[in-house]
Amino acid sequence: MAIGDVVPEIALVVAAVAALLLASFVTHERQGWCALVALIGLGASFFACVLQFTDAPKLSFSGAWVLDGAAIWARLLIAGGTALVVTMTPGWMRSDRRHGEYYALLLLSAAGAMLMAGAADLLELSVGVLLSSITGYTLAAYHRAWSISVEAGVKYFLIGAFANTLLMIGVTLIFGMLGSTRYDAIAVRMSEGASASPLLVIGAGLTILGIAFKMGAVPVHSWMPDVAEGAPAPSAAFLTVVPKIGAAVALARVVMLFPVDLIDLRPLIAVLAALTMTLGNLAALWQSDLRRLLGWSSVSQSGYALVAVAVIGRTSGALPALIFFLLGYAAANLTAFAVVTHLRGRTRIEDYAGLWRQRPWVAFALILALFSLVGIPPLGGFVGKLTVFLAAIDGGYGWLAALAVANTVASLFYYLRVIGPAYFAAPGSDVWTLSRGSGVAVLLASALIIALGVGAALLLSPLQGHDFLIIAEAG
Amino acid sequence: MSAGAARLSAAAVSAVPLALLVAVWLGFDTRAGAPMFQAVEDLPWIPTLGVGWRLGVDGIALVVATMSALLFLAAAAWPIELGERARQYYAWILFLEGVSLGVFLALDLLLFYVFFDLSLVGMYFLIGRWGHGDSQAAALKFFLYTLAGSLAILLAVLGLVLADGGPLTFDMRELIARQPLADGGLRAGLVLLGFVFGFGIKTPLFPVHTWLPPAHVQAPAPASAILAGVLLKMGTYGLIRIPLAMMSETFARYAIWIGIIALVSILWGALVALGQKDMKRRIAYTSVNHMGYTVLGIAAAGSLIVGHEAARQLALTGAVVEMVAHGLITGSLFLMTGAFWQRTKEYSLASYGGLAGLAPKLTAAFILAAFASLGLPGLAGFVAEFQIFAGTFAVHPWLAGLALIGILLTAALFLTMVRSIFFGKRKLPDGTSAFADLRGAEITVLTVLLALVVLIGVWPAWLLDPITASARALIGGAG
Repeated sequence: MAIGDVVPEIALVVAAVAALLLASFVTHERQGWCALVALIGLGASFFACVLQFTDAPKLSFSGAWVLDGAAIWARLLIAGGTALVVTMTPGWMRSDRRHGEYYALLLLSAAGAMLMAGAADLLELSVGVLLSSITGYTLAAYHRAWSISVEAGVKYFLIGAFANTLLMIGVTLIFGMLGSTRYDAIAVRMSEGASASPLLVIGAGLTILGIAFKMGAVPVHSWMPDVAEGAPAPSAAFLTVVPKIGAAVALARVVMLFPVDLIDLRPLIAVLAALTMTLGNLAALWQSDLRRLLGWSSVSQSGYALVAVAVIGRTSGALPALIFFLLGYAAANLTAFAVVTHLRGRTRIEDYAGLWRQRPWVAFALILALFSLVGIPPLGGFVGKLTVFLAAIDGGYGWLAALAVANTVASLFYYLRVIGPAYFAAPGSDVWTLSRGSGVAVLLASALIIALGVGAALLLSPLQGHDFLIIAEAG
Repeated sequence: MSAGAARLSAAAVSAVPLALLVAVWLGFDTRAGAPMFQAVEDLPWIPTLGVGWRLGVDGIALVVATMSALLFLAAAAWPIELGERARQYYAWILFLEGVSLGVFLALDLLLFYVFFDLSLVGMYFLIGRWGHGDSQAAALKFFLYTLAGSLAILLAVLGLVLADGGPLTFDMRELIARQPLADGGLRAGLVLLGFVFGFGIKTPLFPVHTWLPPAHVQAPAPASAILAGVLLKMGTYGLIRIPLAMMSETFARYAIWIGIIALVSILWGALVALGQKDMKRRIAYTSVNHMGYTVLGIAAAGSLIVGHEAARQLALTGAVVEMVAHGLITGSLFLMTGAFWQRTKEYSLASYGGLAGLAPKLTAAFILAAFASLGLPGLAGFVAEFQIFAGTFAVHPWLAGLALIGILLTAALFLTMVRSIFFGKRKLPDGTSAFADLRGAEITVLTVLLALVVLIGVWPAWLLDPITASARALIGGAG
């Protein structure tokens, strides 16, 4: 038991408390300082994670907590992604009476996502999912005077409550059948010859469903477009990206936990992946609202992440592919939402017509983000998809890669429905931007898209050095 | 910077790669025993995946890339009214030139794919922004079709590099040596299918050619010239470079089917072209026909029928010459349709007649290009088609025999087009009274392109040498 192992989370919680305290003492126009506090906390968390790379992978806190490459990478992504969201927020929340508290919620939600990524115990995982969910509902409904925002929050909450309940039932069933919620103990039980009883299978299935909710995967995905459309733009950026990172890593870990000869969860994940990307794409095709379109595209992108999860343990490339894909996706999706935020939430696709001639750099960032989501080289999203396809084919799921390709073509269609008018059309009404902070967020996130593509080598080699802590051996 | 200055600087910039490629050509070693790939540049990019910045040429890449560089120079120099945003237009042309040459020069499969995809992006913006009519829809269709093809290629590439369980590498030279899918089987068939589908869309082959006519018709003329002259070559070049070279046994097993698809494209392209009432659409469909010849030659070359090495080499050489010839000829034809559009905003054949008296220089250039395109001896098209047919007759005689019908049809369609535009009763589109002949810059560009067409027709040796050297390396046997 070492407190040092959870410094990244502690940094977030401390910063959240500090931001909350500060918010209750400073005047409304100075609430932006809380953003600074949040950034400091996130920075500290980020560097604490970087330092952890030197440690050998290990279990901590009586086996509830795991520190391996996957967990550290996920937490780096979570901290970095949240920092980008914080950067774009102050201008947006300036007039909100509860401006400062928002950062506390963001930080706590990020801590929940980190818990998911590092959980080595089903109860710990549930705590992470719940913390991330409850803060998420509030973030989605933060503009409580605005009905669309409240509606997004309520929808998120209803689906979330359902999914969280299923998760708890699933965890209970696994605990009941195997006598422990700790991953190492579960692994030992199964190696000692536990049987694949129907209850255990149902338990595993429900647990996966509970995590799939946080990823926005079928069949518990339908909150994502509503949140993307109705939540405050920074919340939408956060909720479509950060919880997904924690959940994807947690899901991969759960899939690894169940041995192939007992309960192979990979075919189930593969089917979910196929459904998620196809459904998300089909629904995105004719959206006339950019944020809703991004929400559906986020659903379909979860499907690609699930492709990497479906081959986890079958090829050494699966985990690096998952992390790199999430990285590329996070950069692109955050850029897109940063653009929406920077343009003061303008959301109808036709309102983006002619943006290239009015705000060329903002339009450039948006086009870059959408091309990266398609997977046009040499952007970050391309390397992400490339590694996912490579892993899928290597792991024997070639048909899934082929389906992903078909989906990519379909996705190009709706991304081009935004890109085309933004570049080709004559400009409409005047374009107003939000603040310097949101501009910086656009710039940083879009620079990341390019850097991830061109400098992929710098990240891929270290990523391939990391893998999951193999729980059975540790136990 | 004014539009004129932008055009001049774009032309100047695009002359640089041409000059460099000519320099490589002059130093290219075609003797037996010389390395297949020369002027190689090799830097690591993503070493963990075996991806590198690897560039270099063999004879085939060299001639296709040089032709492309020339055509880009011609497209940049071709005068065109752009109104506002001329600088962006030329920036996209230069971007497209960079990535297109990258496709032909890449010796790394992933780098090849990167450039291949980026060429789609460049063309998408060129067609959508500077085209006319419903150009955005045409650009969208172009992008969707060709991205579908390129992703199929990506999957096939991944299937190929993962095939033999050796260390992961995307190095083309290594893969040609390794022949990763030599054992055949379902996987090899699927990988080949991915390549043929992807490159077939780009080439374009029947029945996945339908993106081509709208893209051609709505695009600005220099972009059409590039599309036909350069981008379509990526399909046939890819077929030679990847499936033919890297999985020759699997390619041979299905070569007859590829040949049959090529035959259908030849006949279908020519028949549909014959029915077009719009000059740009008609020329666009002849591309389907001509690229069909190229694929026919490639299919014959890849047939692996023992004892026919010389004929297969001949077919491959012919296919590459056809790529160069089609680039120069159809490039000129599309540029000339641009001259029509600049003057009258009309492509309909029925609107024109008797222009020979009004615009003799345009008439002469158009007729020369049309004759070259229909394969008149003494011009570049003939050299190409003769070799393709001579080679294919030895390997698949009935395929070659049927494909000859295509030559008759192209003759008919070009002759009727020339007759209706330039001869007969003088006629101009409604609302226009004058029709100016070609001007200085237009004459210069067309003279260079068409002089090469004639030069290849009467003295092809300089072009054949580097191609034959590579064909020999690919196919083997005496030559």
